Amino acid sequence: MSGPNKTYDPVEVSALDPIALAQAVAEALAAFAAADSLDSLKAARLAHQGDSSALSQANREIGALPPTAKAEAGKRVGMARGQVAKALATRQSELEVERDARLLVEEAVDVTAPAARRPVGARHPLELISERIGDIFVAMGWEIAEGPELESEWFNFDALNLGADHPARQMQDTFFVDPPDAGLVLRTHTSPVQVRSMLERDLPLYIVCPGKVFRTDELDATHSAVFHQVEGLAVAEGLTMAHLRGTLDHFVEALFGAGLETRLRPSYFPFTEPSAELDFRCFVCGGSDDHCRTCGGTGWIEWGGCGMVNRHVLTACGIDPDRYTGFAFGMGIERALMLRHGVKDMREMVEGDVRFSTQFGMEI
Amino acid sequence: MRAPVSWLREYVEGAPVATGREVAASLVRLGLEEEDLHGGDITGPLVVGRVLELVEERQKNGKAIRRCQVDVGQHGQRISEGTPQGIVCGATNFAVDDLVVVVLPGAVLPGGIHISARKTYGQVSNGMICSAAELGIGSGPDATDGIIVLQSLLGDDAAAKLTPGDDAIELLGLADEVVEVTVTPDRGYCLSMRGMAREYAHATGGTFRDPANIQTASANDSGYAVQLTDEAPLNDRTGCDRYVARVVRGINASAVSPPWMQKRLTQMGMRPISLAVDVTNYVMLLLGQPLHAFDVSTLRGPIVVRRALAGETLTTLDDVVRTLYPQDLLITDGGTAVLAIAGVMGGATSEVGASTTDVLVEAAHFDPTSVARSSRRHRLITEASKRFERGVDPDITAVAAQLAVNLLVEFGGGVADEGVTDVDHRPARARIDLDPSLPARLVGLPYSRAEVIATLREIGCDVLELSGSGSESGTPADSSVLSVLPPSWRPDLTNGPDFVEEVVRLRGYEQIPSVLPQAGSGRGLTHGQRVRRVLANFLAAQGFVEVLTYPFVSPQSHDDLGLQADDPRRHTVRIANPLSDEAPLMRTSVLSTLVEALRRNVSRGQRDTAVFELGLVTRPSGALRAAPVPGTQARPDDATLTKILAAVPAQPRMIAFALTGASDRAGWWGPGRPADWVDVVGAARAMASALAIELVVTADDHAPWHPGRCARLALADGTVVGHAGELHPKVVAAVGLPPRTCVGELNVDVLTSASEARVQARELSTYPVARSDVALVVDEQINAAALESALRQGAGELLESVSLMDIYRGDQIGPGRKSLAYHLVFRAPDRTLTTKEVNGLRDLAVASAASAVGAVQR
Repeated sequence: MSGPNKTYDPVEVSALDPIALAQAVAEALAAFAAADSLDSLKAARLAHQGDSSALSQANREIGALPPTAKAEAGKRVGMARGQVAKALATRQSELEVERDARLLVEEAVDVTAPAARRPVGARHPLELISERIGDIFVAMGWEIAEGPELESEWFNFDALNLGADHPARQMQDTFFVDPPDAGLVLRTHTSPVQVRSMLERDLPLYIVCPGKVFRTDELDATHSAVFHQVEGLAVAEGLTMAHLRGTLDHFVEALFGAGLETRLRPSYFPFTEPSAELDFRCFVCGGSDDHCRTCGGTGWIEWGGCGMVNRHVLTACGIDPDRYTGFAFGMGIERALMLRHGVKDMREMVEGDVRFSTQFGMEI
Repeated sequence: MRAPVSWLREYVEGAPVATGREVAASLVRLGLEEEDLHGGDITGPLVVGRVLELVEERQKNGKAIRRCQVDVGQHGQRISEGTPQGIVCGATNFAVDDLVVVVLPGAVLPGGIHISARKTYGQVSNGMICSAAELGIGSGPDATDGIIVLQSLLGDDAAAKLTPGDDAIELLGLADEVVEVTVTPDRGYCLSMRGMAREYAHATGGTFRDPANIQTASANDSGYAVQLTDEAPLNDRTGCDRYVARVVRGINASAVSPPWMQKRLTQMGMRPISLAVDVTNYVMLLLGQPLHAFDVSTLRGPIVVRRALAGETLTTLDDVVRTLYPQDLLITDGGTAVLAIAGVMGGATSEVGASTTDVLVEAAHFDPTSVARSSRRHRLITEASKRFERGVDPDITAVAAQLAVNLLVEFGGGVADEGVTDVDHRPARARIDLDPSLPARLVGLPYSRAEVIATLREIGCDVLELSGSGSESGTPADSSVLSVLPPSWRPDLTNGPDFVEEVVRLRGYEQIPSVLPQAGSGRGLTHGQRVRRVLANFLAAQGFVEVLTYPFVSPQSHDDLGLQADDPRRHTVRIANPLSDEAPLMRTSVLSTLVEALRRNVSRGQRDTAVFELGLVTRPSGALRAAPVPGTQARPDDATLTKILAAVPAQPRMIAFALTGASDRAGWWGPGRPADWVDVVGAARAMASALAIELVVTADDHAPWHPGRCARLALADGTVVGHAGELHPKVVAAVGLPPRTCVGELNVDVLTSASEARVQARELSTYPVARSDVALVVDEQINAAALESALRQGAGELLESVSLMDIYRGDQIGPGRKSLAYHLVFRAPDRTLTTKEVNGLRDLAVASAASAVGAVQR
């Protein structure tokens, strides 16, 4: 429409009229303010800032003015255009904020709807509690030792001072491998790992071994043919029963928290002398029910055996019993789970029902 | 072992009055753990009743019941008239006129069972006729199968003195509390009231009065002849080192034991039988010395103790004909007729019976090992064998025989022979040196020398202070050695720590201080332990639930899994005494037991289930070799240790996982996605990636998998890690799982060692990637791994990744062919690749695929 003004034609410069300019600005500002959406703002922008808008025309006309008028007209038009651009930007940003807010509202979903596309997995609580027990001891500088579940009789019995004729050997309810002269059993306790550790490792020795053990018990609420123990063994110069007690006290507190009442009572194991049994207060009756099914009315629940490693065991493993002493313990992990998490029935631990493990998640 | 509180108190003077619970609590501190409490918890009316009439009826379930009328004296239904009580009884071991024990409404039986009149089998039963088990005075079939008939329990004479309505609580000693404790194998002496009372005296500070303190007739040469021989002693210990024989003649054959003795026997869980039997049992319970009573009229020669000969037999008192083993120690009649397996059980022929008037009382000391072995070989655990196995006091032999003689004379009207046989080959007991500071050093509590000596004397030790010893008030610094002679009833005290236990036990375990030892510097978890946690946590995070299964399987399970006849997984270890005869084998794969856990979950309604287990399997190589059993006096030599270790079958650690149903669940968001082979093969590959291992996947035909849907997973060097895929349809049917169940099993040991090498980091290029897509048509039988490998080889090192985006089969490419679309990503370490370079690399990749597997670009 308007090319460069080659010839001077004052009639054509009406757009530079300050009043008209002010009016164009006012109209633009009003249009922007009136725009209630980004789309209407875009239309207003085209109308008031586009190539055919009065301000754009006026801008173009500046070039046609006589040099004396150019500076003054340019300044006026520039200010007017700046005022309009600023108003547009402000309104643009206001409308964007409004739009963004509205979008968030519009995009809202019902987050309470079930979000279970992927099924949830879990660890078995016996494994989790075994790991936790291992970590408690590792934190004290102990290491975790391991051994096979199918074990030689020498490791499971003889080296532990359970000779062939020992009465305690008959108490073990052992699974024997066929033929019996193969000399193999399913380990009846984690204690053979003690022997393996003493034979393989250097002194001083501080190890724990959580693991599976086997006895010929029929499955019921409190018995299982396959269950778990954690074995502990420390051998060094100068170890005493006080160290055993200190270790067990720390273990109990780390696993169960402060305040669980325990007691050590004299007992007998061929592989320890002196020997003790660690009991904790019945978690069902607390010692107040003479007919409690959980503790049999005694108020105490046996957790496991312990004691000072028998001299004969040290000797069988090539350790000088006059120089070194040691203590050992073997605790039931199922019992720990029952106490710590209120599991009532051993069968739930062995049946493999996913609902059992799922309750515990992946950390216990 | 049981101990009636009143009986304990007879032998402990000055012990405070205590309830059974309190007695048990004081005994447990000394190592006698409470097992049970009996008696004292019955409140009446519990009365003697006479059965007047009974009508037996058979119920629909086949069980017979009896409607009885029982005379309970003044306690009858209508007290004024004393009419009989109508009672329904489920037992049938009684007859009209029998005297029985009746519990009436209002009474409370052991275990807090309240008795009231209630309707049973359509008729109101006004109380109950009791069995021994219901009264808490017995266990086992004897106590539960039938009700108590007082004529047979107490004998006709004692029963004749009873009147219906008499209080049965006092009669049966049920008011007296009886503590039952577990006796550990080292404390054989506690299998007697003598030992229990000794411990109770220690526990209470009372004074022990020894029931063995009686006048004993001296041995002479005119007693019944006894010869002790042992041609084959075990461990150089003769089978019998002391044998006392006493004869009492003219015993009234119908005499019964006195009520107080019957009460004690009943409280101890035994049934009174006859005077002679009751006396032997009573003396055993009191003193811990098992006795045997022979009918003298059946004996034809001297008592000869010897080992059995091959082929000899004996019909034991339990009416079982037993073939004797050459190691069995026997009591024989003149060396020929076998009378008893020494210390285990007597024979039927010499048994004291209803007509016996002359009795030979045997009190002997048998070798614990010999008795233990006989007891085990004949699977015969008796009251006698339990005691001999744990060690009987060899000094009590004559006293026990004397007490039995006294009782037979007093209550049977018999006369004791003048002759007293006591063949006595007791070895001298050895004194043991004890460093008096050992208790302090082993326990961490400063027991003084005086305290140590006093404690050992308290338990019956003879303590001598050897040269250099100071006064008895000596200080711990006074460490000269003590010479200790353990008491005859404590064969378990053999070395220093044994004495230490006695000191700490009597002084109190609760005094032991608590001191945490400083372990030094551990190295944390091993790589293998960490790997296991990674794998288990990884699978759990993938939606699998960890389970633990028993490792026992049946031979059938190998067939169910479709294992070939020569599959090495059929070769395993058999348990000689399995839990169930159906499952005597150790599993050779975790999968073999995991499928059962999966099946159980499905049957319990968990249709979408994913489970896993990480555990050991048994994989013996070749036949089992007997493991040597070296002595334990020193560390076995390396060759022997190696043999023991080698005899233990290999037990690799495996991780198995299985899933069925939907892998992604259906829900409001849309349909679910059924589990398929991609889930398990993907899980296996991802587990390996979690350990920075890349698996080589090839197709395999391997049980129990579907032959067309089984991936073999191996390391780059070809070592097989495991398999994953869909189960064979036949396996799914055989084990009862839903169709299309998918499983995998990997060897964790292989993954562990494969991930041991430390990953060496690559430098990461920050130059832009260039992408190129290519679709290749190949024959149907060409597998994706081969094609991908060819593409990688052709594209070279600048190829960063290859992803298979699509597999297409259809008209456009013709039958027997498929098109695989790949997305290739290239990146150079040192520059931005040009389009020309990328196209060149892509062409090289395609050319390589063309020459390797005949691929044609679409």
